[in-house]
Amino acid sequence: MKLRRSLLYVPGNMPGMLQNIPVFEADGVMIDLEDAVPLQEKDAARLLTRNFLRFFQNRNKEMFVRINPLDTPYAASDLQEILPALPDGIRLPKADNPEIVERLDTLLTEQEEKLHLEIGYFKIIPSIESAQGVLNCVETAKASSRIVALAFGAEDYTASMEIDRTKTGEELFSARTRVVWAAKAAGVQVIDTIFSDVNDMEALRAETVLVKRLGFTGKSLVNPRQIEVVHDVFRPTPEEIENAVEVMEAIKRAREMGTGVISLRGKMVDAPVVTRAARTLRSAIAFGMIEYALSDEVIHGEK
Amino acid sequence: MAKNSLGREIPAQWRGRTLDPYLDPWNKKPEVLRATRPLVRRSPGDSKLLPSLRAALEKCELRDGMNISTHHHLRNGDLLLNMLVKEMDAMGLRDMGIASSSVHAVHAEIIPYIRKGVITRIETGVNGLIGEMVSRGELNCSVIVRSHGGRARSLVTGEVEVDAAFIAAPCCDITGNMNGVHGPSACGSLGYAYTDARYAKKVIAVTDNLVRYPASPISISQSDVDYVVQIESLGDPRKIVSTTTRITRDPAGLLIAKYAAEVIEASGLLKDGFSFQTGAGGTSLAVADNIRRKMAAGQIKGSFGCGGITGYFVDMLEQGYFETLFDVQCFDLNAVDSMRRNAGHREISADLYASPFNRGSVVNMLDCVILGATEVDVDFNVNVNTESSGYLLHNTGGHCDTAAGAKLAIVVAPSIRGRLPIVRNAVTTVTTPGETVDVIVTERGICIADKHVDLKKELLRRNLPVKDIRQFHEEITQITGIPKPVEFDDEIVALIEYRDGSIIDVVRRVRE
Repeated sequence: MKLRRSLLYVPGNMPGMLQNIPVFEADGVMIDLEDAVPLQEKDAARLLTRNFLRFFQNRNKEMFVRINPLDTPYAASDLQEILPALPDGIRLPKADNPEIVERLDTLLTEQEEKLHLEIGYFKIIPSIESAQGVLNCVETAKASSRIVALAFGAEDYTASMEIDRTKTGEELFSARTRVVWAAKAAGVQVIDTIFSDVNDMEALRAETVLVKRLGFTGKSLVNPRQIEVVHDVFRPTPEEIENAVEVMEAIKRAREMGTGVISLRGKMVDAPVVTRAARTLRSAIAFGMIEYALSDEVIHGEK
Repeated sequence: MAKNSLGREIPAQWRGRTLDPYLDPWNKKPEVLRATRPLVRRSPGDSKLLPSLRAALEKCELRDGMNISTHHHLRNGDLLLNMLVKEMDAMGLRDMGIASSSVHAVHAEIIPYIRKGVITRIETGVNGLIGEMVSRGELNCSVIVRSHGGRARSLVTGEVEVDAAFIAAPCCDITGNMNGVHGPSACGSLGYAYTDARYAKKVIAVTDNLVRYPASPISISQSDVDYVVQIESLGDPRKIVSTTTRITRDPAGLLIAKYAAEVIEASGLLKDGFSFQTGAGGTSLAVADNIRRKMAAGQIKGSFGCGGITGYFVDMLEQGYFETLFDVQCFDLNAVDSMRRNAGHREISADLYASPFNRGSVVNMLDCVILGATEVDVDFNVNVNTESSGYLLHNTGGHCDTAAGAKLAIVVAPSIRGRLPIVRNAVTTVTTPGETVDVIVTERGICIADKHVDLKKELLRRNLPVKDIRQFHEEITQITGIPKPVEFDDEIVALIEYRDGSIIDVVRRVRE
């Protein structure tokens, strides 16, 4: 599974910012054609985004595009223009119910056939960003096999709730929890909302710590300066890594002995423990903290 | 016309001066004794006080063709040089040279006097409009760009003779003892003026803050000063040491700073005794901020910081990251204040700081310096004097001095500025030779000079984006395209002197 700790929004109508996309160390970028782009620049943003995606051949990060909502007149043109330039996927705003995701799925399939791509090439990250979206997200998360993550959008959500968003975020607690449940139940990743005060790194850190604890696997970002803080929070500690290596070595010995369970310093190592350790190690490898050859055979046992 | 070792065409002579083409950074040796100045006897009761700048100019017996100097510690707040030029014009003096330590944008006021023939030579680099007009052939005025160390050298060797040095003294007594730390025009260090005080034929202290004898502390002493003139104001305090010193918020700048700090750490130099210089720009300060955090994490105690000093370095001194600051010029009021009260904050002369021809300058002891650039090229040569327009717009400062002295000279710059690539096949003007530049850090890649094999390996091990500079050049020009080259006429309007006095490059008139 790919790491998606940091998904950075970049406005599609800003050539200077698009040009810097290769440089920043976010796991993924979401070029925005929706809220960041004024109506009179929708077409220009589409063209700039398409051209940038074509230019950006040796990609060092996943490229998503946030299209306009499917019920607007812009979405169809967005897809038509962007998909031939091969983004990795679409961030779908206002995914209030599974039907919206299914409609996008169909549109993507049509394009894939036209472009002679394998079906399922384009991924989807639905945005859960309204009261309705939160209520339906358990079904939405399972609406398409293209979904790699659910994203929570607090700005639109609080608007739909007619409440203010605070820095401490108590008002988001239930919604966040439900989105995490939906994602985990569907076996996909889950990305928290943006934090809009780009100068308050302490509050960003506090919020990231909170959402990591709730189960989120990543966060949407509005400024490259936020990447480091978010990665830092999601970075495994040296103790966690050490422990994970011990678990992997133990289970390797167990598999050699033909069993899937082994005791490590008096504690049982079994499938969930191994899965957790593997996740820690993947993350540590991505951070360049260790070099370690992970083997699926060791993690899951012989198929 | 011969080529110097960097392939730059250098004429044998320029406006009466025989030129010595640049060969390499190390081997040119001084072949003269120190310059000197007449001894004078002053008896008890003799007064040095003169009523006006005009009286001082007359007392110095200036004649057509002579040189005067000022220092640039008051930066864009300086009023003195403009006043002097106007007085010289009123006295009917012509063909005068300005041998100041730098000329700033505020000195554009002297342009009419250049046109009039009052000033025909500027023996220092120029910032702003004068340089642009010289580049366009609109001013008939020879410019010789010198680094801080190179300027000190040129006075000490007598290559540049200063007939009268007018030293703006923010605090001064009637005998000429002076410092820069007290008074309404306080600018902190008087580092650039020390050399003038020792080598100019006449030295005039000009002050707007005449205090009772003795002025204390004494930076430049009465034994060097011929006359003292009191005037109403030396400068506009809002523009003295007014550089805004704030860490950049630009994400690309922050990334550059992060990479630069990683390079320093990977070099192995970041350990107890570490010495460091960085500029006052937003990215440079961000490098310093990263270094401070790394020093804190590793409990590293540095030895000294040097160069132009900012409040940021003052904080590092006060928090114990450095034991000493060697301050040749203060960039902000925090630095001025610190110099006034902290014994670890030492004022040093430009000679001690950076001259290649003394018995060893401070830059030779530097571990690492962070430098800027308007352009770099695939041979690691750096330009800070001209911009891609071809206009001479910036003075060298300590750029080539520190690059030559420091163990690790790191250039930080965005890979694309405006719409132009920062890495070129050949820089428009060479300020600092590639032989003395170790690393170029941009947000898109880090280029390392071939000689640093181990450093390169270590950076690759740390997964940093190390790139071959020629490939990097191609990568960037794929984005920007290759800019159409600026066209120049043959006429040479300025010389770029290397710190040892050889000619590293020339500036030609831009064809409009």
